[in-house]
Amino acid sequence: MAASTDHVEDLVGKEYEHGFVTDIEAETAPPGLSEDVVRFISAKKDEPQWMLDWRLKAYEHWLTMQEPRWAHVHHQAIDYQAISYYSAPKTKDDGPKSLDEVDPKLLETYAKLGIPLEEQKALAGVAVDAVFDSVSVATTFKDKLAQHGIVFCSMSEAIKNHPDLVQRYLGSVVPQGDNFFAALNSAVFSDGSFVYVPAGVRCPMELSTYFRINASKTGQFERTLIIVDEGAYVSYLEGCTAPMRDENQLHAAVVELVALKDAEIKYSTVQNWYPGDEEGRGGIYNFVTKRGDCRGDNSKISWTQVETGSAITWKYPSCILRGDNSVGQFYSVALTNNRQQADTGTKMIHIGKNTSSTIVSKGISAGHGQNAYRGLVKFAKGAENARNYSQCDSLLMGDKCGAHTFPYIEVSNPTAKVEHEASTSKIGEDQLFYCMQRGISEEDAVSMIVNGFCKEVMKELPMEFAVEAQKLLGISLEGAVG
Amino acid sequence: MLEISDLRVSVGGKDILKGINLTVNAGEVHAIMGPNGSGKSTLSHVIAGREGYEVTGGSVLYGGKDLMEMEPEERAREGVFLAFQYPVEIPGVNNVYFLKAAVNAVRKHQGLDELDAIDFMKLVKEKAKAVKMDESLLKRAVNEGFSGGEKKRNEIFQMAVLEPKLAVLDETDSGLDIDALRIVAEGVNSLRNEHRSIMLVTHYQRLLNYIEPDYVHVLADGRIVKSGDRRLAEELEERGYGWVLKREVAA
Repeated sequence: MAASTDHVEDLVGKEYEHGFVTDIEAETAPPGLSEDVVRFISAKKDEPQWMLDWRLKAYEHWLTMQEPRWAHVHHQAIDYQAISYYSAPKTKDDGPKSLDEVDPKLLETYAKLGIPLEEQKALAGVAVDAVFDSVSVATTFKDKLAQHGIVFCSMSEAIKNHPDLVQRYLGSVVPQGDNFFAALNSAVFSDGSFVYVPAGVRCPMELSTYFRINASKTGQFERTLIIVDEGAYVSYLEGCTAPMRDENQLHAAVVELVALKDAEIKYSTVQNWYPGDEEGRGGIYNFVTKRGDCRGDNSKISWTQVETGSAITWKYPSCILRGDNSVGQFYSVALTNNRQQADTGTKMIHIGKNTSSTIVSKGISAGHGQNAYRGLVKFAKGAENARNYSQCDSLLMGDKCGAHTFPYIEVSNPTAKVEHEASTSKIGEDQLFYCMQRGISEEDAVSMIVNGFCKEVMKELPMEFAVEAQKLLGISLEGAVG
Repeated sequence: MLEISDLRVSVGGKDILKGINLTVNAGEVHAIMGPNGSGKSTLSHVIAGREGYEVTGGSVLYGGKDLMEMEPEERAREGVFLAFQYPVEIPGVNNVYFLKAAVNAVRKHQGLDELDAIDFMKLVKEKAKAVKMDESLLKRAVNEGFSGGEKKRNEIFQMAVLEPKLAVLDETDSGLDIDALRIVAEGVNSLRNEHRSIMLVTHYQRLLNYIEPDYVHVLADGRIVKSGDRRLAEELEERGYGWVLKREVAA
């Protein structure tokens, strides 16, 4: 697991690189959101005027907006004035001193996922004090990408070093006023990832787990922007299979993807934020806006997500199929157990000619979990010969959970072709008994049946990620049967 | 191997088995015959440990151990195999992958090392050949889209790979045409040996034309009303179940 060590090393290296510890320690904005807070954040990050103006515009817009209420989820009202919108990165003194101080249940899960010890410490927030020869590893990685002209850095760095690209594309897919949470994010986003792949370049590696740990430090309002120029390709992996704890309950990230002519973006997510206890207390609210713009002809954007964490998940990774012949794909597994709620799906907006989209959604509900698929497939007037295939399958475990499907289809062009298939099934006692009669434990049987159900989505994940995600599904459902 | 004494079982408050006595020794093949609703399938399910059955009396010893105290997967690992009347489909789960999980669960229980992919494939191919199982079925999801005959053959194939000590075949002949029946029977015969006990649960005598049982028992209304050798099966074929049941009432 050399790669895993790299993450830790990067983490350690990164803190020093940015001088977080020395610069902004002990500085936290008071709770509440105001224009001053937005200015404070921007100043803390030493941003140029244009960035501050952009944030302020978003803030003004946010003030005029109402929190949406249409999702099939229930939670207590969020007090936006009780949240602190800027807190300095944690110092080493804040976290547990060693793994002995960490919740044994969490450690058990890490062990089952096969996460190396050093990485466990980082995930659990234990101060990693060791001095690695980290800089060299990170540098090698960045050098290799730089050789291809690929920019892969934090959003803060991009604002400083690539202002032209950021100014041109930031908000071009998800405008500041797009929705309540996107506006909030635009005003106060903490950090995130920035990727630019120049024309004709095929990114030689999965841009990935490099940020696996770092991402947990980017805070509750993450902002990601990925631009893939003409004829270029990138595969980006976000998230982590290990459960991540965070005292920030509200997470409102924005992800924007731009694919120019002949470009392809593959974006894979494994989301496993803390779901709360069995009653759902303390879990993360994950309200995310993810959208990709197939801006050029023959471009392709593919979203794959495995959502097992968070108390409430509310996200619709979408594709705007603007270029002719462009392709949008959405492959999703959403699992809800105990009191978890998920309202997730996608929007496929067909604008260009001969555009095509595929939606494969697998919802798994156990315990008291509530799982909704919500999707919009829209064919604009000019979308000649566009087509969509949607498949929504739900798997229920037990009789206290729920599965809901809300497919919307809007067609303004008579040549459009739409296919929609949906199924709901229950993990049968027949299936479980059959497995157990062959000697397979109930736990393994559930995991096997669920993974079989999700196979079409799992095969879209990069290999290493897929193996972890499979284990994760099994672990997330422990105790769900019997 | 298997010692059933005065076994009483009810389902939802209704008595189904009303005192079964049956001893099956290693190497023996027993046919359990009987009309519909006599309790044949209940008997096989109870042996395998399916939920929903309440044991209200009697005992079942397997290799001297109390079988009823064991979880279904534990029974399987100890060598009890049930060939299902209606094999279950598990979409998306590869047949070989499924079987490998099963074999390794059994091996682990026996304190043996798990088989690696190469050794396992070798074993699978050898067994598939032995029971004339089409290799293309191995690559598919467990029973998904299989024909009735293919499903039953898959059961026999799994049995060949798992090498159980006690195999219970629940109506394995039902729904099979004569060719499929012959192939399944050949599979079972090839697995017959002096260490393995086999219970054939069947409504019809025709399976017994291909698999010759050592003993035949007639189950009716939750009891074994008559036992004999294979000639009993032939008699049943000729005269139906009526005469056995009548005699039982008269006695």
